[in-house]
Amino acid sequence: MVSTSFFTALDRIFFLLRDWLVGFLPVALRPAAGVLLGVIAIVAVFPGFFALTTVFERKGLGRMQNRLGPNRVGPFGFFQPVADGIKALTKEDVVPYRSDRIVHFLAPLVLVVTVFLGFAVLPMGRNMVLADMDAGLLFFFAMGAATELSIFMAGWSSHNKYSLLGAMRGIAQMISYEVVLLLSAVSVVMIGGSLSLSKIVEAQNSYSGVFPHWYIFTPWGFAGFVVFAIAATAETNRSPFDLPEGESELVAGYHTEYSGFKFALFFLGEYLAMFSISGLGTTLFLGGWSAPLSFFDFVPSWIWFFGKVMLSIFVFIWMRGTLPRLRQDQLMNFAWKFVLPFTLLNLFVTALWRFLGEGWLRWAVCSAILVAAWALMGRVGMRRKHFGPRSYRYAE
Amino acid sequence: MSPIFYILAAVTLGGGLAAVLLRQLVHAALAATVAFAGLALLYLQLDAQFVGFAQVLVYIGAVAILIVFAILLTRGSEVPKDGVFSRTWAVGLVVAAAVFAVLGWAVLASLRALPLAEAAPAATVHEIGVALVGRYVLPLEIVGLLLTAATVGAVIVALHEKERPKQ
Repeated sequence: MVSTSFFTALDRIFFLLRDWLVGFLPVALRPAAGVLLGVIAIVAVFPGFFALTTVFERKGLGRMQNRLGPNRVGPFGFFQPVADGIKALTKEDVVPYRSDRIVHFLAPLVLVVTVFLGFAVLPMGRNMVLADMDAGLLFFFAMGAATELSIFMAGWSSHNKYSLLGAMRGIAQMISYEVVLLLSAVSVVMIGGSLSLSKIVEAQNSYSGVFPHWYIFTPWGFAGFVVFAIAATAETNRSPFDLPEGESELVAGYHTEYSGFKFALFFLGEYLAMFSISGLGTTLFLGGWSAPLSFFDFVPSWIWFFGKVMLSIFVFIWMRGTLPRLRQDQLMNFAWKFVLPFTLLNLFVTALWRFLGEGWLRWAVCSAILVAAWALMGRVGMRRKHFGPRSYRYAE
Repeated sequence: MSPIFYILAAVTLGGGLAAVLLRQLVHAALAATVAFAGLALLYLQLDAQFVGFAQVLVYIGAVAILIVFAILLTRGSEVPKDGVFSRTWAVGLVVAAAVFAVLGWAVLASLRALPLAEAAPAATVHEIGVALVGRYVLPLEIVGLLLTAATVGAVIVALHEKERPKQ
């Protein structure tokens, strides 16, 4: 039984570490110090992941595009983020003459702070959640909504047409896909019966045989996950939805006029948003920190969580290396005319799933409705498109 | 009244005042956002998690963005030369004072009608949900209908432009 207790200890390693560190302090200070350590851990770990991911992404994209990627700094170029960080810190901070200085300064701060706050409610392992709120999901979305304002602040205060256009595009896109993101999460809440993220994970943490009860393995959950992934990609401005910073049209979108460390903060905020939305997707659909097969249960829960998040990050990078950028009207049409109706239908299917009871009937009915809707809407939508020579309304 | 309350009240009031007094419209909108955020924090301080987060989601995530969009799409964000203050500010002051008086009277009257409960009611999200689709289902549906009508109206307004070239 030595091995069992070893793995239990490994599962709780962060708690043991925290208790050991807090033990040096007087008793009165211990609870506050414990919370502070949790915050420090989040603030330290995720930027570390950010540094790793930038190398990973550049190497991965390089491989997909048949080139080497960064390979000068350190072994295999793995110290590239260190060099990038030093460069960002030592570069001159250029603020445009006609910019709105206060708002220009505040925008990257608002972005990074609100994105960091989202991590507070994500359960990253068994009992590993900083603030286990009753309305955790709502908190996450509230923080996500607040980041939109920082993008507007950045775009408007720069006093640059590219920045403003990028910000307007960004906000329009984020608002459109936020609706979809929220509605696809609602179906999980309907089945899980709670807005608390740790309760949602617990609801998925059971097995029939060796297979887990993750929501992605149900018809509505699969459809919901696909929609969620599309909306999450759009929400984090990742390719193919990276129009707000489309470099062929807008230089760099809303952060055109940012240089030095402020630009690095925008970069950090974007990647952190990607991590947190991946964490949310993992929590809602992929069983959070639970093991994929019941006999892998001995592996520490946080390894599963971070493994799933890293897998999602890889898919993000993969999509960036594969898909071309959409046009603005395609983006909007896709959101409002295909994804949103489909998500609404998925809500209905979820309700059916809930009330049809156990058995094969609900599998057949729910799958049939979703597949039929997907095929029909896709076909009708394609026919309406009248693919042919393009016509331009304003640029003839 | 804890010191936190005073800090939050100062933030909220400061944001509100700045929203009224600043000359630059976008600054005013951002200051209003600060007031919204202060209000959300006040709700959280009163243990009303759901209301607080909904306040952030709706007011900062939607209303503030809507205001900002409206400013940028209509009048532009440049400061007009003759100032932003209306010439009929005295009338506005009277209306505002009247509204404030009615609100204050209502709040004070309700204090007398409902004696302060000793323990704060713990309204969980679950209870709010049950109440919304149970007791208050009719108002909820009416609000939903109203919002749908508004959306359809907005779409029709936006569609109008497209049909002109046919004539």
